[in-house]
Amino acid sequence: MPTMKPPDSDATTDQAAAPPPSPPAFVLRLYVAGATPKSVRAIANLKRICKEHLQGNYSLEVIDLYQRPQLAKGEQIIAVPTLIKALPLPLHRMIGTLSDTERVLVGLDLQGKTK
Amino acid sequence: MDPAPAQLPKSPTGIDGLDEITGGGLPTGRPTLVCGDAGCGKTLLAMEFLVRGATQFDEPGVFMAFEETTQELTRNVASLGFDLDDLVERRQLALDFVYIERSEIEETGEFDLEGLFVRLGYAIDTIGAKRVVLDTIESLFSGLPNPLILRAELRRLFRWLKDKGVTAIITGERGAGLLTRQGLEEYVSDCVILLDHRVENLISTRRLRVVKYRGSTHGTNEYPFLIDEHGLSVLPVTSLGLEHTASEERVSTGIPRLDAMLSGAGFYRGSSILVSGTAGTGKSSVAGHFAEAACRRGERVLYFAFEESPSQIQRNLRSVGIDLAPWVRQGLLEFKANRPTFTGLETHLATMHKTIHTFGPRIVILDPLNSFISATNEIEVKSMLMRLIDFLKLNQITGFFTSLTMGGSALDRTDAGISSLSDTWLLLFAVETGGERTRALSILKSRGMEHSNQNREFLITSHGVQLRDVYLGPGGVLTGSARLAREAEDTAERLARQQEIDLRRRELERQRALMDAQVAAIRAEFEAREAETLALIEREQGREAQLARERVEMAWSRKADAAPTVAEDPS
Repeated sequence: MPTMKPPDSDATTDQAAAPPPSPPAFVLRLYVAGATPKSVRAIANLKRICKEHLQGNYSLEVIDLYQRPQLAKGEQIIAVPTLIKALPLPLHRMIGTLSDTERVLVGLDLQGKTK
Repeated sequence: MDPAPAQLPKSPTGIDGLDEITGGGLPTGRPTLVCGDAGCGKTLLAMEFLVRGATQFDEPGVFMAFEETTQELTRNVASLGFDLDDLVERRQLALDFVYIERSEIEETGEFDLEGLFVRLGYAIDTIGAKRVVLDTIESLFSGLPNPLILRAELRRLFRWLKDKGVTAIITGERGAGLLTRQGLEEYVSDCVILLDHRVENLISTRRLRVVKYRGSTHGTNEYPFLIDEHGLSVLPVTSLGLEHTASEERVSTGIPRLDAMLSGAGFYRGSSILVSGTAGTGKSSVAGHFAEAACRRGERVLYFAFEESPSQIQRNLRSVGIDLAPWVRQGLLEFKANRPTFTGLETHLATMHKTIHTFGPRIVILDPLNSFISATNEIEVKSMLMRLIDFLKLNQITGFFTSLTMGGSALDRTDAGISSLSDTWLLLFAVETGGERTRALSILKSRGMEHSNQNREFLITSHGVQLRDVYLGPGGVLTGSARLAREAEDTAERLARQQEIDLRRRELERQRALMDAQVAAIRAEFEAREAETLALIEREQGREAQLARERVEMAWSRKADAAPTVAEDPS
């Protein structure tokens, strides 16, 4: 459930302690394959979440694998859409249309796992 | 399994034997499922398919690994002589390790596997791959959530592979009651190959079976296969059938009198010969002679020994005057010694098959055959032998098998009924008479030739095996000292007969001489009389002439005197 609790878990504190909060704290890459409905939904969902939770402190790259297929191997992409949170560490992958905001927040280490 | 003209196109795997079972290879442009338990050789089979495709058939391949990293994979198959790095460099092979870590992945909504498609498609297109391996794609199920999506995507993947026209191998781990854990056989239904690694009586054997091959005939049996330093080899021996051509050529047994018993020329080339007998009747010696004779002809001989070491065999044969060492040095003779229990039957067969293939002998000796039976049951042994014999015959290799008959069982009974598989069957047996054991040999059968039906005494001397006639006495065959005694008797009898004849001849001579003498005496007497008579006649004639002359003289003188009167007086 999207209960808008303030970020309270260890993850946030860890992350706040580790890297100095200079340039964008969040480096995100979203891999899609063409302009499918899934891709469109994923991009829209991600933009919304970023706006609501990251307050502009992020960089986002959207990569279309059809255009750059050679990237799939290096980034270990299997499923699309895949969102990779490259920074802050640890690296996380989120697959799917990013419709489940709570899970996306868990993936971004903004929220502890509820169960 | 002759390929019908309308048969679907096939891509040869290049794996020994597999192409024979499948009648040419895997279905071109379609996916094939290779399944089996962990450690049964799925990955190796798949990798060999790609490597051989690249090196032998000019078909580059993509290997997508879900379980091993490319480094691990490269190292693992290096032991089979595959240099993956080199193939990758020459763009004959593309390796892609798909790393999925469940704990790093968060499912946030609907997804598909288009990333995998893109990745695979890119790899295929960059090297122009014709072959693809996905090993083991079922790992996706443990790495990704939502099996429903995965199933739908796999179905799409296999269709996509078909559209791409690549010949693919999908491997899958065997599941409970299913060929694969996720029931992949449902999607990949063109060709399914099952690998198996079974342990029976503590002996492990790898087997392969083509479960399904849509649109094609295939061998349906379980075939043993081997993994060794040259990769995989499968033995399609049962599929050989009875199509071998029978040779008219004959090969000497190495024992002249045995050749003579086999219509003067020995065994047929490419036939199977069984020598059976109880312990210590000289089976190995016969084998030794045969091997030596073949080497003398310059033929290669492969000697599989299952009870003695090569040096023991050579030592023992040397003691009967057969020295095999020079032939071993020349490379004409090779020994392979293994305990039957060392590996499973199938593996033995596979090893033999391979060794025969590489060594290329004209003659193969198995000594003894039935030591296998201790390791497993008879039916399997028989089927193994049948396959071995078929294989030998197809290659025109003469097979020579010895078989130990257990004490107490019938002499003409062989274990596992192998006699029906052999073309020539020599029986060696011990004859016990007069407190000694002697050996004898007889030919129970020899297909396609006239052969002696006599028993021969079989002597093992310091200069080899010799066959001698045996005597058939009222109490059975006579051998050993009984034969010697009989021979002595015979000699005495012959001597006596000879003497009798000589005597008669001399008597006749004497009578002839007597007769001649008598004839001579009569002739002499006759001649004496004749001479006498002739002399008389001559004398009379002389006197007559004298008288006549005197009368003439007298008449002549009477002309002057009375001469004729004087002449008339004495008459």
